[in-house]
Amino acid sequence: MNPELVGIISQLGFPLALLGATYICGSLIEAGHYRHLRRREKASVGFPAITLRSVPASWTVLDAALVTGSVVISLDYFKRFLARLRGLVGGSLKSYETLLDRGRREAIMRVKEAARRRGAHAVVNIRLETARLASSRRNGKGTAGVEILAFGTALKLAR
Amino acid sequence: MILSNMESVPGKTIKEFYGVVTGSTVRTKHIGRDFMAGIKNLIGGELKGYTELLHEARTQALERMIQEARSTGANAVVNVRFSTSSVAQGAAELFAYGTAVKVE
Repeated sequence: MNPELVGIISQLGFPLALLGATYICGSLIEAGHYRHLRRREKASVGFPAITLRSVPASWTVLDAALVTGSVVISLDYFKRFLARLRGLVGGSLKSYETLLDRGRREAIMRVKEAARRRGAHAVVNIRLETARLASSRRNGKGTAGVEILAFGTALKLAR
Repeated sequence: MILSNMESVPGKTIKEFYGVVTGSTVRTKHIGRDFMAGIKNLIGGELKGYTELLHEARTQALERMIQEARSTGANAVVNVRFSTSSVAQGAAELFAYGTAVKVE
């Protein structure tokens, strides 16, 4: 074989292998996370978690407490690479949409689970916040992930 | 200390207002955690080390806010809000604030 060709292949080989490996791992992790989310969401059906600022008039509140749930989540290397390519032509970044979707659903689930652990019956006034964590590498331009915070007021009700 | 992110504490009435109370903390991650998160960052998914770090920091900010509220003689903080800002590379400020009140 042409030695130049071997040189090109060995130089491209590592980045390509990294892209392939992170694609497989990232997809498996994402699919697993979605399965886990769906299972927990199904289990929490019937537990009201609402964004209303006030308590519905028919509820009698016994106890109230602040509950929070947060998650730091990041894209895999392959999807970040694709997102950079996508940035050349513009349009919607599907990979980031699913990332934020996963993060928000996870944060809301954690709020509900925290409320349940306290023995609450509902969470009202749920608010969501998103913050980007700057990486200490690449001069702060890299992203170390996105933090999603959900919080609300957990209520114990008289039934 | 009762905390709520609503305008009042549901099921109770506000008797007295003591004003704004705040609590904040600026945190940075340590090298070991950063290294592990860097590896995890390749394959994506939750970065548990950072989730815990920010959770601990936010708990401390809340704790400081509660202390301030206690020193004014309040027994609850209503309308609690959070804010996060990157103040330097690899460091973040976690800030919690609310209105200290007396409820009955």
